[in-house]
Amino acid sequence: MLIRVTADELDAAEAVASVANPGAGAINVFHGVVRNTNKGRGVSHLVYEAYGAMAEKEMRTIAEEARDRFALIDCAVFHRTGRLEIGETSLLIAVSCAHRVASFEGCHWLVDQIKKRVPVWKKEVWDDGEEWIEGPEALGMQQAPASLR
Amino acid sequence: MANHIRSLRSAESDFHPKRFRRARIVYNGDMTVTILFFASVAEALGLRKLVVPVQPNDTVGTVRDRLTADYPALARFVPNLLYALDEEYVRPSSPIGGGATLALIPPVSGGC
Repeated sequence: MLIRVTADELDAAEAVASVANPGAGAINVFHGVVRNTNKGRGVSHLVYEAYGAMAEKEMRTIAEEARDRFALIDCAVFHRTGRLEIGETSLLIAVSCAHRVASFEGCHWLVDQIKKRVPVWKKEVWDDGEEWIEGPEALGMQQAPASLR
Repeated sequence: MANHIRSLRSAESDFHPKRFRRARIVYNGDMTVTILFFASVAEALGLRKLVVPVQPNDTVGTVRDRLTADYPALARFVPNLLYALDEEYVRPSSPIGGGATLALIPPVSGGC
């Protein structure tokens, strides 16, 4: 499993190649991309910050769990940090699997889990200001699992 | 206090670096913890990293409470913070010993 937090551009071909396997009947690739609006406001660009070492650990834990839950053959998870322009990829996931349905489900589950608990933050920068975003899906103390309360 | 003495004694009687790490008690004379700040919290405090003394029987929560007294700007973040000790999520009640790294984790917003 290829797991990476990096300031460099994310390369989908590399992710796909890393999960390729003769037993795979499907390779599913997800790009999380920087959008030009949020809540009706024009976004100029985003800045991502990560607790790099822990983010990679959490991404690996989530990827291992996804592999077991959805019988994935392999998966790659890349997250980018630093300044990202509109249209650039911030999160890249590739999963390989014997059958297509599990590849969609595994990919979807991975994205959701990453948004919940991987220590990465994004700042939205608008023409007239900026703000660190608190992800609506993030585990905060209110909805933290019992093990963290 | 009794707990603290007990953990130090068991650590001394069974000196093995890995055991110390697991017990989160490092008996190397380092009685400080490193605190890491990120994103909104780092900006509000104007601080990314801080080394503070740790006391016997300290938990993540007691260290956080002393820090909040010293840095009142931290208070508004506390209700939504999670905590990581040496890169793993822990409860506020988790014991913390010298040499540890404590990260204050505001609600994450990675992905897309």
